[in-house]
Amino acid sequence: MINALGPAEWTAIWLSLRVALVATLAALPVAIWVAYILARKSFPGRQLLNGLVHLPLVLPPVVTGYLLLVLFGQQGPVGSLLYQTFGISFAFRWTGAALAAAIMAFPLMVRAIRLGFEAVDPGLEAAASTLGASRMRVWRTVTLPLVVPGILAGAILGFAKALGEFGATITFVAAIPGETQTIPTAIYGLLQVPGSEPAVLSLVIVSVILAMGALILSEWLARRMAKRVTGR
Amino acid sequence: MITVDIQKGLGTFDLDVQFEAPKGVTAIFGRSGSGKTSLVNAVAGLLRPDTGRITVGDAVLFDGATRQHLPPHKRRIGYVFQDARLFPHMTVQRNLTYGGAHDAARVIDVLGLSHLLERMPAGLSGGERQRVALGRALMCDPQLLLMDEPLAALDAPRKAEILPFIERLRDEVETPMLYVSHDVSEVARLATTLVVLEAGHVVASGPVGQVLSQPETMPLVGVRAAGAVITTKVAGRLLDDGLTELAFSGGRLILPGILGVLGQTIRVRIPAQDVILATVAPEGLSALNVLPVEITRVEQGRGPGVAVGLRAGNDHLLARVTRRSALRMNLAVGQKVYAIIKATAVGPEDIGQ
Repeated sequence: MINALGPAEWTAIWLSLRVALVATLAALPVAIWVAYILARKSFPGRQLLNGLVHLPLVLPPVVTGYLLLVLFGQQGPVGSLLYQTFGISFAFRWTGAALAAAIMAFPLMVRAIRLGFEAVDPGLEAAASTLGASRMRVWRTVTLPLVVPGILAGAILGFAKALGEFGATITFVAAIPGETQTIPTAIYGLLQVPGSEPAVLSLVIVSVILAMGALILSEWLARRMAKRVTGR
Repeated sequence: MITVDIQKGLGTFDLDVQFEAPKGVTAIFGRSGSGKTSLVNAVAGLLRPDTGRITVGDAVLFDGATRQHLPPHKRRIGYVFQDARLFPHMTVQRNLTYGGAHDAARVIDVLGLSHLLERMPAGLSGGERQRVALGRALMCDPQLLLMDEPLAALDAPRKAEILPFIERLRDEVETPMLYVSHDVSEVARLATTLVVLEAGHVVASGPVGQVLSQPETMPLVGVRAAGAVITTKVAGRLLDDGLTELAFSGGRLILPGILGVLGQTIRVRIPAQDVILATVAPEGLSALNVLPVEITRVEQGRGPGVAVGLRAGNDHLLARVTRRSALRMNLAVGQKVYAIIKATAVGPEDIGQ
């Protein structure tokens, strides 16, 4: 089976892992912050923020990809600004694939982490504050440790989603081998070529293994963390 | 000295409370939903009143006029919650020292926590949890201790396990306490001062014996729960019969159980519904306690009962009789009658130190 994986397929696998990892790590701090304010704060525009966060989940991925192209393309308002000031370019580069994956994974991450925050009893934070802990210390010693299982669940869910992202990626950055061609876009490309079924099959199997691995890892981590958090 | 004078709209009703709490334990008593928890949350800084002022000693914790609101973590107020609120991801040891380790060795010793230090909160019983919560609050070296029904979630044996600890704290530690409760026995045992709340307002306050023995208090605490609290001294121990003789200004009481050493001060709550009145000295009666008393008040309740205030020496007792009996016996203020108290009517939960 592994023999069917040529250098092009291996490149796609490594690229996929890199894109998914960068997307997850970059989106995670923002997702934690957004999940926290959605779970705990009431402010004007809360529903709007909630809707905006969930938009990529309900929008056709092609539409999301197109919007990214318009905004972050070389000529786009955000894309040109970033290029001129920081020299960062997204268009048809692997960073663009990571951006698309991050945007698509973001709602799933926020949902899981928000559930984590909602499961933390605010009474514990109040108790910590009566014991003389500043808000920063309460957050660091009580809130964050108790929400870690939710953050892990969100991160792994986001990673799996980023690994499988297709529509927005191919629309935004196409499928350039070695630069933006991830596993899903590689499979799609191979399907257009007669006689490449063995390569397709191997990539499919790799996808399944990666997805299963992420799920098992998340279950294991969640159970371990739950044990640590509740002390049972 | 703690002074509280605060107002806060709470949606269903308004909290509007003024009282002063001297040294010792001040019990905040009231039915559920009367605003007790909101009141202590305001003192802790977890709830910001609309207007008013809260001071502890010289320190101003809240002043609506100058918009001063000290955040909870700067108030140095220990708070023991009804549900303990131990941090589930920390050992007992780390829970205890989260806010400080003031007098740690003694607190651990007094509360009997030394064998629990390495355990996680999830493995503790309800009573153990409350003891850890109490220890955690004490180790912050608080200038005031708040306890919001710390025993409400516990069964009777667990309560009996913790009450002596709180009594010891009251007697040994100088820290004043606000103790929220809806259990009259607990209040009678622990409190020095009583504040009764109803729908967010203070309806009675003062020294606990005085407030509880006023007939007007009866509808506030509930007719079954009403009863006077008297302070007595152990005058004799009838070891053969398993009884203790207690002396107070109105005479002697004989109660079941060995209740301490000679000369020791014992507080006893005498439930109003267990006091029988007689116009002549009864004879041939199994009850051990017959006290000559004078009627100070006859208070008509809403139901078929009448609350009768009694003076025995310098102490006050409270009796609840039916309106029918009151009419038949012609009970009137100033009348000399006999109060009959069955020794077993005073339960162990009504006797404190």
